[in-house]
Formats: sequence, structure tokens, C-alpha cells
Amino acid sequence: MTEQEASTMMTPEEVSTVVGDYKAGWHDPENSTIRFDNGLSEQVVRDISALKDEPEWMTEFRVKAYRHYEKRPMPTWGNMSLLEQIDFDNICYFLRSGEGTETNWDDVPEDIRNTFQKLGIPEAEQKWLSGVTAQYESEAVYHSIREDLVKQGVIFLDMDSGLREYPELVKKWFCSVIPYSDNKFSALNTAVWSGGSFIYVPKGVHVEMPVQAYFRINAKNMGQFERTLIIADEGSSIHYVEGCTAPTYSSDSLHSAVVELIALPGAYIRYSTVQNWSANVYNLVTKRGIAHENATIEWVDGNLGSKLTMKYPSVILKGEGAHAEVISVAYSGKGQHQDTGAKIHHLASNTTSKILSKSISKDGGRGSYRGLVTVSAKAENCKVNVVCDALILDEESRSDTYPTMEVANSTARCEHEASVSKVSDEQLFYLMSRGHAENEALAMIVNGFFEPFTRELPMEYAVELNHLMALEMEGSIG
Amino acid sequence: MSVDPPVLEIRDLHAGIDDTPILNGIDLKIESGEIHALMGRNGSGKTTAANIIMGHPEFEVSQGSVELNGKDILEMKPWERARAGVFLSFQYPQAVPGLQVGNFLRKSVAAINGEDAAKGPEFRRTLKSAMAELDMPRSFLGRYVNDGFSGGEKKRFEILQLMLIKPKLAILDETDSGLDIDGIKTVAKGINSAVRGSDSAALIITHYSRILEHVKPDRVHVLIKGRIVKSGGPELALELEERGYDWLIPSGEDSESETVAATKD
Ligand SMILES: Nc1ncnc2c1ncn2[C@@H]1O[C@H](COP(=O)(O)OP(=O)(O)O)[C@@H](O)[C@H]1O
Ligand SMILES: [Mg+2]
Repeated sequence: MTEQEASTMMTPEEVSTVVGDYKAGWHDPENSTIRFDNGLSEQVVRDISALKDEPEWMTEFRVKAYRHYEKRPMPTWGNMSLLEQIDFDNICYFLRSGEGTETNWDDVPEDIRNTFQKLGIPEAEQKWLSGVTAQYESEAVYHSIREDLVKQGVIFLDMDSGLREYPELVKKWFCSVIPYSDNKFSALNTAVWSGGSFIYVPKGVHVEMPVQAYFRINAKNMGQFERTLIIADEGSSIHYVEGCTAPTYSSDSLHSAVVELIALPGAYIRYSTVQNWSANVYNLVTKRGIAHENATIEWVDGNLGSKLTMKYPSVILKGEGAHAEVISVAYSGKGQHQDTGAKIHHLASNTTSKILSKSISKDGGRGSYRGLVTVSAKAENCKVNVVCDALILDEESRSDTYPTMEVANSTARCEHEASVSKVSDEQLFYLMSRGHAENEALAMIVNGFFEPFTRELPMEYAVELNHLMALEMEGSIG
Repeated sequence: MSVDPPVLEIRDLHAGIDDTPILNGIDLKIESGEIHALMGRNGSGKTTAANIIMGHPEFEVSQGSVELNGKDILEMKPWERARAGVFLSFQYPQAVPGLQVGNFLRKSVAAINGEDAAKGPEFRRTLKSAMAELDMPRSFLGRYVNDGFSGGEKKRFEILQLMLIKPKLAILDETDSGLDIDGIKTVAKGINSAVRGSDSAALIITHYSRILEHVKPDRVHVLIKGRIVKSGGPELALELEERGYDWLIPSGEDSESETVAATKD
């Protein structure tokens, strides 16, 4: 066993120290500098744009998107009864908490700084990151990037600064992967977006250590609509990591992001998420990337929190020899529905894709896997591999899979495996007979189930994920 | 005569599941350094006895006691019993996909024998020599616990755990079945080196006498319908091999001669 494997496993002490309630559920006093009244209108959209002093094309774009959003009905699939409960009039669509985006943690307002400290962000920045953006409510409050990357021409900014400083680049790529009319929530995001990351990696530049964005919602009934755009130029590479948490409130918040990735020929983008929203957050996110010739896009997606998540990271394999991977885990506990999956479109020959989905449901939680893989008629010799596994921990919980493959070229090689399993008493007894207490035995089974996923994460994230899982496992055996 | 309490002492044990009795009064005493064999055809209750000693939560003990070194263990949880020195080599070891063998071994030794026992060069040396003895390649450590193991690999992995954990009481439930003669010899060597000349003890559950040629038992007990109907020396195993179990069925009970042929393989 390597050091890494050893240290990503929980020790018995860790199991007992992390068990308890959702641990990121505290909230700071709300010291907003600008808070819009709850509710959405064309005026709110124009006000957001005016406040940010945006170019007119962006204002018009937002308004067009808003009008589409207004007309667009709610999705007629997924968990419609939960979707219907969203009270769009009781959401705050813009909230500014700081004076601006600071480059020194000491300049960030104290409460906010403390919150990010508790979440371990400055520490991670010191240890293993190339850059950090910390977003609080609608905007980034802190931002940093390593000097050597700036010298190599790497752009890593919050999206608002990106638009200000590189309007031409943004104009060229914004909405190029996900049109605002893609779905109701991509239209909503395009209308009211604020914050998120803007990244450009020049030709041939390899960003060795990951860059991270952390999204924190603090206010009640908050709507967070970050917008992220990553362009990896030819032969470059980058690993982007995002995390998110929110306080626990009795009324709902809404997080609806749009993320667009462009991997130009030979580029490599990995996008890792550990989503741990509190159980009152709706998480309705559209994520899609385009991979050109011999480029690779990988989505590594962990969904632990939220009330309802609907998220299906997608890759369009546009150039020959491009490769896509979507590796995801979902944990659905009490009152939670993780409706997740992946979409891959093979438009060019010799493109390959791999989907690995792992889900656990417990205490009446519900996990759904929705997958779509298409191979177009002119795409020769494509390879598709789909594996989805579900682990159900009790009788009240539920897991469904909806895999779809549309293959229009007979040279494609498609593999699909699906399994649903339960933790058996015999498995637990076997581990208990080796000196492991009941909760520990269950955590070992659950960690093992997630291992193919945690293996893909940076070590620090794998440790964090295992801690979170231990937390979720508390009290799961009667 | 030993002045210490026996490693295992079972008195008048009655147990079952959902009001169905399976064990109907078992008495068994194993002194330190001894190896006993428990034989009986399928369904006689051997695995149930092993599970109850290990603390399987599914079974209910209605009467009797089970003592380890003079201390009653029936109220203890399985992991507490493991830490107190009970080890069970399972008839059907369970797979845990994603849990690496190396990690599992380290964590289990740490849980049972303490953190210190699971680290440092000595642990690594013990691990290496035990694996060599059992003819296991190093790559085994990277595999997932019992996941996709062959029958023989599962049994050897149980013995590897036995050799690392060094329990007070080792119960081996059909560890010989599914092994070829070389495998049986290897396993026998593992059991002998763990028990002989130590203050440990072993209970070997089997329905063949083959393994008993290599691990000479001090006592052989025959279990029929949840009762030990006969105990004797090693020669009893050979007699069972020749005569089957029918002659031991207490009078007044049904003969089951039609199933005898099936158990003689
Ligand atoms: N979990 C269980 N549930 C119900 N019956 C069981 C269970 N385990 C064992 N039994 C019953 O107890 C009897 C003894 O089984 P077992 O202990 O496995 O025998 P052996 O190991 O000697 O073959 C059998 O009749 C079996 O069907
Ligand atoms: Mg048995």
C-alpha cells in the first residue's frame, strides 16, 4: 500500500471525530454592501449589468436570455414535484458582500475570512494550489494566482474581471458551448450570472498544480449564479477544482451555474467538483465541454449535498481522437435527490469515452443516473465504456438508472455495465470479525465502493471526501 | 494438567435463529496449545457454532455459556471478541470491492493488536514471510478483499490474516475445502506454526479427514443435529471417513443414509 492510499482511509478516530451534523452549516452575520430585493424582472437583469458596468452586448445578451427564461417551461422530467416547490420570487438574485476582490486574505472582511479559514481554503492554497478564487454570495472576495503562471500568460480571473479585462476573448467563447436557450436554467444563469471563473491557458503551457474555486452561499434565500469559462489552447493542460458549501436554513436557496470548457487540439482539461451544499439548496447546473482533435476533457464530479441536484456533465467530442471521461459519485441521504449523470456526443472518428457513475442512497434518499451517449453516423471506430453502480443502504432508499445510447455508426464499440447492490449483514460481520466496529465496517464498504472515484481526486480532496462520507454514515445502522 | 483456564470452554450451548433451534446443548473445552477438530455432515450446525463463538448478531443464544480464557464473551460484540483473541476463518469469505488487501490487513492488525503492531519494519517482515510461506505474490496486496478471488485464494487469504493477527483462538471453518493437496499442506503449516508450542488453540471444522493428516488434532468431535454425539482421538476422523456418520445417529432419530454418499467425496 502506498502512503497516499493509507492516508485517504479513515482511522477509527477520524470516524468518531467527524460524525455529527452537516459541518459547514454555520452562517455569518449578513453584512451586504448591496442586496437586491428578492424576485426577478428585466429591470433586475439590467441593474446587475449596470452595476457591473458591462459592455452593451453583454447587457443585451442577458436580456435576451431573460426573455427566453420567462417563456421557457420547467423541465417535464426529473423530480418535477421538487422543482415545482422552488419559489423564484423569494430568491435574492444579487448580493455583494465585500468592497471588491482582494488579493490578500487580510483585506477580506473578517467574518468572511474566518469562514474560508474554517473551510481550509488559505491552507490548501499554501500547500497545493496554483491559484484560488473564493466566491461569497454573488462575487469573488479573494483571488490569487502564482506569479510564474502569470508570466507564462495564463489568465485565471473571476468571471467579472475576465469580462472587464479580456472582453474580446469572453465575447468569442461565451455561450459558444452552451447556448442560453439550452434549458431553462442555462437561460436563467445567462440572464443573472455573476462571479465564476475565467481561465485561458496559452498554447503548450502546462499548469502543474490545480487551481481552485470555492463557492460559498451565506445569506438566506440566496441565488448564486456563477459562470465559468475555461479555454485550454493547443497542447496545454489544466486541472480546475471546485468546492461549495452553504449554511443550513429552513427556506431554500438556489444555485444554478453554467460551466463551459473548450479544449483546443491536444489540450487537456480536468474539472473536479466536490459539491456539498446544505440540504436546503437546489443545485441545477449545466456543464459542458467541447474537445477538439486529440484533446481530453474529464469531469470528476462528487455530489454529496443539496436538496435536489440536477447535473449531467457533458462532452462534445468534436475533433478526431478526442477523449472524454465523466467520473461521478452521488450520495443521497434523507430528503435528498441526486439526479445526476453524463452526456457524451461522439461527432468525430476515433473518439473514446468513459463514464463511471457510483451512487449511494440511504435514509430514504434517492439517486438517479441519467446517461446519454450518441455516436454520429460519420464517426468511425469510436469506443464507449459506461459503468454505473448503485449501493443502497436501507429499504426506504431508492436508485434508478436511465441509460440511453444512440449509435448511428456500426463500427462503434460500446460497453455498458450496471449494478445495484446492498450492504449485506454477512459483509459487515466479516469486517467486524476483523476487529472493526459496526460504523467503521460500513465506512470501509462505502469507501471501497467510492474508491474508483477517490483514486481520481487530488489526495487532499479524497481525504475530505472520505471525512464527509463518514459524516453521512453516522447513525446509519440501527 | 494446565492451571490456566482453557482457551475455549463452551457449556450446554443452545442457540438458533427465529425460534428455530440449531444448536441443542454443546459442551467443548480446548486447552492452550491444542488443536481440535469438529466434524459433521452439511447442515449439522458447524458454521452456526463458529458464527456464535465469533458473535454473529443474527443468532440467538437461549442457554449456556462461551468462555475465552475463563471470561464469558457472549455479551461482547464481534469486534470486541476479535480484539480479545477470537479469529474465524470463514467458510465463505466476503468480498469488499474497493478495499485493498494491504490496507485491510494493516487496519485489521491495528484494530486487533494495536497501532504499533501494524507499522514499522517488523510488521512488513512478518507480512512478507507469511506471504512467501503461503505462496502469494506481492501484487496480492493491491487487489480488493476477496473480490474475484478463486476459492483457493480466498482460503489462503484467511490463513494470511490468521498468521498476522496471531489470535488466541483460531476457528477454521472448512478452510480445507476447495484447496488442492499443496494448498492443504500450506494451510496446515500456517495453522501448526500459529498454534503449536504457543498458548493459542485452534478448532478445525471440516468434513474431510484429509487436512487432519497434516494438522494432527488432539481431539475430534462429531456434531449431529446440533449435538456433539461423540468425541475421540485422531483415529476417530479415519473411522468417520470409512463408516460415514449414520452409525452415530442417536437411536430414535431418522436415518439419513441417502445423504451419506454425498458427503463422502
Ligand atoms: N442464517 C440462517 N438462517 C436460517 N437458518 C440457518 C441460518 N444459518 C444456518 N441455518 C440452518 O442451521 C442449520 C445448520 O447450518 P450450518 O451451521 O451452516 O451447518 P454446517 O456448517 O454444519 O453445514 C441448517 O439447517 C441451516 O439451514
Ligand atoms: Mg458450514
